[in-house]
Amino acid sequence: MSAQATRSGTPGFESRIPNPDSRIPSPAYREIALRRVADVAFQVLALLVLVIALASLATLIWDIVADGASTVSWNFITSFSSRRASQAGIWHALTGSVFVIVVTALIAVPIGVAAAIYLEEYGGRSMAARLIELNITNLAAVPSIIYGLLGLGLFVRMMGMGRSVLAGASTLALLVLPVVILSTREALRAVPKTLREGSYALGATKWQTIWHQVLPVAAPGILTGLILALSRAIGETAPLITIGAVTFVTFAPDSVWSPFTVLPIQIFNWVSRPQVEFHANAAAGILVLVALLLSMNAAAIWLRDRYQKRGIS
Amino acid sequence: MRRVEFLIEWGLLGCALLSIGTTIGIIAVLTVETAGFLREVSITEFLFGTEWTPLFATPRFGVLPLVTGTLLVSFIAMLVALPMGLLSAVYLSEYSGPQLRRIVKPILEILAGVPTVVYGYFALLFVTPLLQRFMPELAGFNALGPGIVMGIMILPLVSSLSEDAMRGVPRGLREGSYALGATKMQTSLRVVVPAAFSGITAAFILAVSRAIGETMIVAIAAGQQPRLTLDPTKPVETMTAYIVQVSLGDTPQGTLEYRTIFAVGMLLFIGTFGLNLVSAWLRERFREEYA
Repeated sequence: MSAQATRSGTPGFESRIPNPDSRIPSPAYREIALRRVADVAFQVLALLVLVIALASLATLIWDIVADGASTVSWNFITSFSSRRASQAGIWHALTGSVFVIVVTALIAVPIGVAAAIYLEEYGGRSMAARLIELNITNLAAVPSIIYGLLGLGLFVRMMGMGRSVLAGASTLALLVLPVVILSTREALRAVPKTLREGSYALGATKWQTIWHQVLPVAAPGILTGLILALSRAIGETAPLITIGAVTFVTFAPDSVWSPFTVLPIQIFNWVSRPQVEFHANAAAGILVLVALLLSMNAAAIWLRDRYQKRGIS
Repeated sequence: MRRVEFLIEWGLLGCALLSIGTTIGIIAVLTVETAGFLREVSITEFLFGTEWTPLFATPRFGVLPLVTGTLLVSFIAMLVALPMGLLSAVYLSEYSGPQLRRIVKPILEILAGVPTVVYGYFALLFVTPLLQRFMPELAGFNALGPGIVMGIMILPLVSSLSEDAMRGVPRGLREGSYALGATKMQTSLRVVVPAAFSGITAAFILAVSRAIGETMIVAIAAGQQPRLTLDPTKPVETMTAYIVQVSLGDTPQGTLEYRTIFAVGMLLFIGTFGLNLVSAWLRERFREEYA
């Protein structure tokens, strides 16, 4: 009955009141039935979208496993790049990726955590803090290739780092900094106020409180965010191509000044070649990259679970 | 003691200010190189020229083919991501129980976390050959395949931001609608979606910005031929793909060709930064509406 209420403003309302004696469904009844059908149809449509999303993920995984699984071998992982597809491997790219990510973390983590501490614990609602906040949200949405141009102009040329691991890692560090700051702030915000107040009551200074009370409690949350940020950086391709990471190297990087390549660039290089054999190599490279990503994400999930079980006491 | 505290606070502030430094750095680098570029090429030729052949013997510097290529691929991506993202957001926010959400949200997160080079592989070697079975005239490099794949990549972003906006709508509005006899679908589409409109629009705009700046999918699967066309079956080149193309080649630093990537980058930055600002403003307004 309630369905008519929505119509109460429209003319002809009275004629829509069903006659309780009548066995024939009135237009109002038909409309209610129609709405129910539409409601179910809408649900089915929405569920279908979720199924499509799921199916495309499944297809993507299936396609890459089908193309690349037979190529992955110990030999493939430990060999260097080669002009012959069957002999080519990814050792140089894998070590390059790991090396670059470690240096990226060394740069981005201290700076990002420090910035987050300032914004969360010191900044308050000051004008400067709000400006920095707005700026960070904006930076997080700047396309990664723009960071590549910044790295090329600033690190490679002005600072004279050349096309080295250090230039690549510095570029990636600027790229992940907004993510690191945002996730660290969230972890800090989850620490209850009472903990800080208890510390102040015992006469601790602000920094003592942060260092001895807040950070240890927030550490697992911070770490989870850091791993997720870095796992995003490890899949980045465009900014490193822009700063001029080489696409064909036959050596593993041995210092922060050496030229390098990373897994995604090697994959890009193989997929861009017309020969089908190299496409299999690209798929195999993707499998290794995904394995690397999954293990990092698993570590993050494990940390998050431990954190949630223990709770904040 | 007080001195140490003071020093620490300023040190932390310094780290926070580095983010402002990044923005200034981006603007400075792009401006300097773009200014160098515009000294040799007139801005009207750059912005309104219809031919982009900077690496040819007789170079032409009209950026329009790159712009239309970018917009074409982004438009296709939006045709996929917007309706699907909005539908799944409505479903997740209004219909599904917590259990289904616990399964679906991680899957969407995985979709969002796949490296873009993997999507590029998928677009070039799976989606395009699949489409070619139904459309024999489709070129090996085209705007359609990467556009669709990019849409799938962006879907989680649209879905999760729109869902957040819809969950921000107060319960009372829904209950009022139910009390008037509306069905769930009527409540979702005529009450919740309009109420969350500014938040949803913010999500859409951010998604457009992501599509315009996306690089690897188009660099792999869309081709490298700057072409002034709206035909999605032909190879095109986007602004981002052009930057990758020049970076891969051995164009000497400091030449005019080399500066083109900064000029194109400047255009890309202005476009995406503007969209991001509008999106942030809309989100802020949405938050104020229901504060």
